[in-house]
Formats: sequence, structure tokens, C-alpha cells
Amino acid sequence: MRPFYYILTFITGALLVYGASDMPKWGDPNSPASTHVSPRYIERVLEETEVPNMVTAILADYRGYDTLGETTVIFTAGIACILILRKRKKENNE
Amino acid sequence: MIIKHESIIIKTIVRVLTPFIQIFALYVIMHGHSSPGGGFQGGVILGASYILLGLSFGMNEVKKRFSERLLMLFTSLGVFIYAGIGFLCLILGANFLDYGILPIAEPRGMGMLGVEIGVGITVMAVMLSIFHNLSAE
Repeated sequence: MRPFYYILTFITGALLVYGASDMPKWGDPNSPASTHVSPRYIERVLEETEVPNMVTAILADYRGYDTLGETTVIFTAGIACILILRKRKKENNE
Repeated sequence: MIIKHESIIIKTIVRVLTPFIQIFALYVIMHGHSSPGGGFQGGVILGASYILLGLSFGMNEVKKRFSERLLMLFTSLGVFIYAGIGFLCLILGANFLDYGILPIAEPRGMGMLGVEIGVGITVMAVMLSIFHNLSAE
């Protein structure tokens, strides 16, 4: 059964690389993110949010859902660590 | 379990340094919406100050200040504050996490500040509880 998992992992990785190869290059000024999204944020962030820090305005306001998810991920990671690593006092006595 | 360090130099320096690190962490959280910083960074600095305290004075000293129960409470409290602000906006009639409706001055800035405080509390408590559990034998 083990080769099957290797093949599955390889295919998934290959698909991800294939998908990523179609994306615009880093910092490409003609990519949709640079022509539509960034100018909109840069021009309107102060009048829309009244917050001088653009990074936080995008992080916590425009993409509040995303940050809520990040916080939940950290919360889940903490809970998982506690569940795995925590030693009960009974085990120490044995 | 990490025990108390012997060196008096380390203990004195940590004792002097810790309040400043914590003040800086609170500054980073509080100024997250108007200058570089935010909940994640400030929470990590705040957690690191307690880890430094634990490394030099022993984890029991930290346990006295933050029991396991309190840490779990803080971990959940941060996410609760974040989601609570979101639902508060929902109750007041706007979209989820649309801070503009909050009945205070500069509603968007203050909403972000509240959210950052929630993130900071969660990050600090998770950092500390992971370190706490990793260092326990």
C-alpha cells in the first residue's frame, strides 16, 4: 500500500507545481493584483478606514476573516500541543 | 522542568529587563493600527518575556503567575474577543467584522485595536503553554 501513497503525494505535488507555474511572476507590474487590488488599497485605505497603517488596515479590516482564521489556527495548534504533550500527574507517580 | 538559574547576573538582568520587554510588547499591540506592529508581533514579544522569566527563574515562577487553567482561559479568550467583536458588528446591523457600525469615535481603528488585543492574548497564551508543555518532563 505504501507506493500508492508516494504516488499520490507526487501527483499532488506535481499538480501544485503545474498550477503555480501559471501564476504571474513576483512583482509583475501587469499582474491583476498589481493593476487592480494594490492601487485600490493604496488610494482608498485612509478615507475608508481612517487608519494610517495600511498593512494593519488590510490585515484586520479588509481581510478580517483571514486573520480570524489565522487566530483560530494558532488556537488549534496550541490546543493540539497541549493534548499531545501534556502529562498528567497520575503518570508521573507511576 | 526548567529550574531556577544559579547566576546572579542573569537573574538581575532578567529582573530589570522583563518589565521593559512587556511594556514594549503592549506598545506594539496598542499601536498596531497606527504604526508597524500588531497582535501577532506584540503577543510573541509578551510571550517571550515570560519565557525569559521561566528560563532564568524556573518554570514554577511562571506557573505561579499563569496557571495552566488561566493559560487555557487566555487562549480561548483571545479568539472569543475577536469573534465577539465580529458578532457585535453583526448584532448592530452591519456585516460580520464590519467595524464601521461600532458606536465609538474612530470605529474602524478601535475595532482593529480590539481585534489586535484578542490576537495578542491568544498568541501570548499559546506561546507560553507550548513552551510550558515542551519543558515539562
